Amino acid sequence: MEIFIILVSSILVNNFVLSRFLGICPFLGVSRQVETATGMGMAVTFVMAMAAFMTKLIQTHILERFEIEYMQTIAFILVIAALVQLVEMIVQKTSPTLYQSLGVYLPLITTNCAVLGLTILNINADYNLLYSVINAIAAAVGFSLAIVLFAAIRERIELFNVPEVFKGFPIALITASLMSLAFLGFAGLV
Amino acid sequence: MNLDVVVYPILSLGGLGLLFGAGLAYASKKFEVEVDERMSAIRDALPGANCGGCGFPGCDGFARAVVEGRAPVSGCPVGGSECASALGSIMGIDAGDTVKKVAKVICNGDTARCKEKFEYEGIEDCVAANMVAGGSKSCQYGCLGLGTCVRACPFDAIEIVEGRLARIIPEKCTACGKCIEVCPKTVIDMVPYHQDVVIACNNKEPGKVVRQKCSVGCIACKICVKACPYEAIDFKDNLAFINYEKCTNCFVCVEKCPTKAIEGNFERRNIDKKDAI
Repeated sequence: MEIFIILVSSILVNNFVLSRFLGICPFLGVSRQVETATGMGMAVTFVMAMAAFMTKLIQTHILERFEIEYMQTIAFILVIAALVQLVEMIVQKTSPTLYQSLGVYLPLITTNCAVLGLTILNINADYNLLYSVINAIAAAVGFSLAIVLFAAIRERIELFNVPEVFKGFPIALITASLMSLAFLGFAGLV
Repeated sequence: MNLDVVVYPILSLGGLGLLFGAGLAYASKKFEVEVDERMSAIRDALPGANCGGCGFPGCDGFARAVVEGRAPVSGCPVGGSECASALGSIMGIDAGDTVKKVAKVICNGDTARCKEKFEYEGIEDCVAANMVAGGSKSCQYGCLGLGTCVRACPFDAIEIVEGRLARIIPEKCTACGKCIEVCPKTVIDMVPYHQDVVIACNNKEPGKVVRQKCSVGCIACKICVKACPYEAIDFKDNLAFINYEKCTNCFVCVEKCPTKAIEGNFERRNIDKKDAI
């Protein structure tokens, strides 16, 4: 039951992008096409799940054992940076097209506050290892859901006759805010 | 002072960094992407417009495909034969002659010749118009002329002319194929640059139906097939099409076509395609 609550909470109610406002940078940057957005979602999912797993281990076995919790941010960023490097190599090898279309946003997952935010929220919520990973996957699914929906809407907006001043990012930001309002509707669920 | 306060963080974080570094070093060997030095040479020889006309993602993608043998050295439609021979010398292959091609809108049904089904007042875009019952033209194969291809063309080679038809300026066209990709009617085709005789109709319906809709449509009468002295015209799906290799620009079919659906500039009649520049 608790797992179900974590899933619903992280995917819908406390959606990382639309409710917690974390990871806005890739949300706006890589949402021009559904295909790239899906690729970004998968890359972030992989990084988040692995990062949650490793940071939890590091937190309990290194930081807490030696009582150096104040090193949390540095240690976690180290983990995330290493993971992003790994993902970058894998993506470059397996799908050069995706690698090109993700562009600078792929290494920027390192500084994606959604990933660091998730790992720290996990520790604050005192989840055990399993729940941490489940929460990470749920959060990443929530991120992917938001970015893919947003990309689909933006693809349609491309066809519309948008007033000159609103073209590009302004209309995208308005869309994002409306999506955020819509997701507010889930607030009473959990 | 307790030295542990300094030693533990340094050791643990330093250890972690070392561990990740070693892991990444191993991964970079395992996932290594080989870069062939011929690749950068080819990329320099390409036009660098990143138009994607070759079917690969940009000039980089094409250069890689050439090195790996997945694409021919003559695969760049923008660079033409000059570029192909440069690539051939890099790769050590003879490029052979490539025929320069240009895109062409194969429809002459302007608003005066082709009847309108209804008055379209929506978004000025062919893709959007096509969603509304296939556009306002009674011929569902014809050019809608709302300029989706004009906006897609990276070389400014397309214009909308009188009567709402898209026209491609052959001198500017580089055959990148962007317009063919975006056209919802796929009414744009690649033809050789020196080909003067072109069937300017895309309607695959039977002749009687075409006649009711458009005055310059191909009505599938097959007169051109019989008239052609070189057997260069074939017939498929109620539509004539020319085998450009056999066609000699003799213009017999242009004269015979009862609906003038075959297009040709008579000033260029009988010019040998190989000599024409």
